Amino acid sequence: MLFYSFFKTQVGQQVTVELKNDLAIQGVLESVDQFLNIKLKEIKVVDSERYPHMMAVKNCFIRGSVVRYVQLSPQSVDTALLQDAARREAQSTQQP
Amino acid sequence: MSFTPQFFTTAESLVDSLDKKVLVILRDGRKVIGVLRSYDQFANLVLQDSLERIYVGDAYGDIERGVFIIRGENVVLLGEIDGNMEDTLPLRQLSVQEILQRLREEAEEKARKDKLRFQLLRKQGFSVDFADNDLY
Repeated sequence: MLFYSFFKTQVGQQVTVELKNDLAIQGVLESVDQFLNIKLKEIKVVDSERYPHMMAVKNCFIRGSVVRYVQLSPQSVDTALLQDAARREAQSTQQP
Repeated sequence: MSFTPQFFTTAESLVDSLDKKVLVILRDGRKVIGVLRSYDQFANLVLQDSLERIYVGDAYGDIERGVFIIRGENVVLLGEIDGNMEDTLPLRQLSVQEILQRLREEAEEKARKDKLRFQLLRKQGFSVDFADNDLY
């Protein structure tokens, strides 16, 4: 749930999603769900000449299972907050 | 951990793409274009009037496929096709036979190059042994 909550804070930001098939898509994060499926709008394919099939597509839904990386701008992330959240999550799910 | 049904709590949903023309990229690299009629929490999809579009170089060819039910685990991406932009594609359409012929030629060319590359890599001591037909 932690990363789902984190990505919800990133809605509206420019992100670049790199997929496991090496396709990289830049766009504005429109929404995210519990499976970390991602919806991007106003997309621009990085290295678009290699992927002509994406020319007529302006927004897309990306299945969470095919994402390799989500690249964010450092200014949009409060790493201290993230660290605290991770620590709290670790404590709350600690098994004896 | 409470159970939350996906269709109630998800901010993410494909309902906006229903009845729209979409492009689906599958894990085996295929591109299918069709009208999205249905989906579920696994991203299983039902596409109607679909065609499989094969791209080679600056050309493409379509194979009619009718109704497609795609298992969600094979879905990489689903994109809404913009009707206006689709008409101005810089690619030209060829017949199915032509595009399949081109595909074969491209595959042969790739096999030739790969054979050479793998030989060199093996000489250097690398192990080259992978199936590149799953984009995963």
